[in-house]
Amino acid sequence: MATLLPTRLWARLVPRWTLEPSRSKPGEAKIAVREVEHRYENKVEALRNISLDVHSGEFVCLLGPSGCGKSTLLLALAGALPPTCGRITIDGKPVKGPDPSRLLMFQDPALFPWMTVRQNLVFALRSKVRSRPRREETAARYVKRVHLDGFEGALPHQLSGGMRMRASLARALSMDPSVLLMDEPFGALDAQTKGQMQQLLQQVWVETRKTVVFVTHDVREALVLGDRVVVMAARPGRILKDFEVRLPRPRDPDDEAIVQYSRQIREALRSAEAPKGHAKDASAVPASGLSAGAAHPVGTGG
Amino acid sequence: MLFPTPVGVAESLIQMERDGRLWTGLGRSMLRLGKGYALSIVLGVPLGIWVARVPFLERAVKPVVLGLQALPSVCWLPLAILWFGLTEASILFVVVMGSLLAIAIATEDAVRRIEPLLLREAGTLGVRGLRLYAGVLLPGALPGILTGLKLGWSFAWRALMAAELIVVSGGLGQLLHYGRELLDVAQVVAVMFSIVAVGVTVDRVLFRAIETRVWRRWGLSETR
Ligand SMILES: Nc1ncnc2c1ncn2[C@@H]1O[C@H](COP(=O)(O)OP(=O)(O)O)[C@@H](O)[C@H]1O
Ligand SMILES: [Mg+2]
Repeated sequence: MATLLPTRLWARLVPRWTLEPSRSKPGEAKIAVREVEHRYENKVEALRNISLDVHSGEFVCLLGPSGCGKSTLLLALAGALPPTCGRITIDGKPVKGPDPSRLLMFQDPALFPWMTVRQNLVFALRSKVRSRPRREETAARYVKRVHLDGFEGALPHQLSGGMRMRASLARALSMDPSVLLMDEPFGALDAQTKGQMQQLLQQVWVETRKTVVFVTHDVREALVLGDRVVVMAARPGRILKDFEVRLPRPRDPDDEAIVQYSRQIREALRSAEAPKGHAKDASAVPASGLSAGAAHPVGTGG
Repeated sequence: MLFPTPVGVAESLIQMERDGRLWTGLGRSMLRLGKGYALSIVLGVPLGIWVARVPFLERAVKPVVLGLQALPSVCWLPLAILWFGLTEASILFVVVMGSLLAIAIATEDAVRRIEPLLLREAGTLGVRGLRLYAGVLLPGALPGILTGLKLGWSFAWRALMAAELIVVSGGLGQLLHYGRELLDVAQVVAVMFSIVAVGVTVDRVLFRAIETRVWRRWGLSETR
């Protein structure tokens, strides 16, 4: 039915959502990655020619299939892994070694198991806040922010996976890092908890406006959370596309725009994976009959 | 051969309890043990943590500790007597040498088995120096350290009895020694019984209680 309508008319009837490439912003970038390359000892080219600017207060998602170097790039940003080539600066200063001003979060909440939720926060805060009452007050504020009030005195093993992740997030935020780096933090959670964490993170981010670099292989997660989605491909690890997501928050993963955007991104990923000779054909002539959406491909880029 | 009757042993025990010899002996022994054991903990736990954290110490000190651990503690006594004479210090020395190494070895092992994720997290949170040692390494290794403390305690108790048999200076070991000199088999067996009772009580009551609490707090009770 749809295929019978002239394309232009179809376009007018159904709003088409198309992601646009990120525009370069004025002013100095908070995180500047310049021509970074990384090879592991086993000669795997984990990163090739990566250049990326992240501005203050931006939420950038690094999206790509497993093995495309997302974690490698994030570790380099954290200062946990010096890249073989290239330059990374944060606030104009070259990144050298780990620093509490750039906190790295993983799937594992890494809470100290013998400390209660409150004690975990207070303990971390001791390297930042001198006065004890101020530490307690800050801890209480962030526990509340992730909706864990009432569980201050609980031990990590008494909490669910999602609650542990929230406690871990509260601890990271309470340290007030200048950059928050997250490597698939919700990857181990069940779908429902994951959705709740995404909503919570959006809400917290709107309140705090931290600079966040968030790694994920989940397209919808990237679109729900990111101001920008940087799409990466593997072998060698490189940046394919850098999209800007201009949608109001809070965003819903089932939102029509997000569904369409994710189709566009999957398309980009698929054409990058296709054998070299076929890559162009694949994007120009989509396999017809797959679905209505595939019959009307969303153009890549502006 | 001389065999005691259960009634004879019980009578001897009651006799020693009545005239206070049992309590005096027990008190003296426990006081020494307390001192020696405390010294072993204060030296052994930091030594173990240190050896686990400093690669140089691991190469230099660990083989020595492991080697000396193979030496039965009573073998330290001749050396102790040459250095300190037949004194309290000799007994303490033997007790410390008997338990310190076991505590240090268990501590080292426990620190090594701390979840690497937690250590990395401590690093990214900027936890360093004393705060790392007292706030992360020590509590992180505590369940394993407790196992070492339990082992160390039983070693200390054995070393103490061996030393008290030779360096006569009060204590349960001396009661055992006198029993032998008086050919009083009932007394010998009664004192042996007391020694076992003390050992078992401390292990089952004191250590069990501490271990249960720590394991519950650390969230280990359900998983094992
Ligand atoms: N420590 C390492 N040593 C050798 N190769 C590694 C190491 N870590 C990752 N790699 C390789 O580098 C590539 C990128 O890995 P990674 O950054 O972990 O990807 P991602 O996080 O996107 O899944 C992969 O091919 C992976 O096998
Ligand atoms: Mg990864």
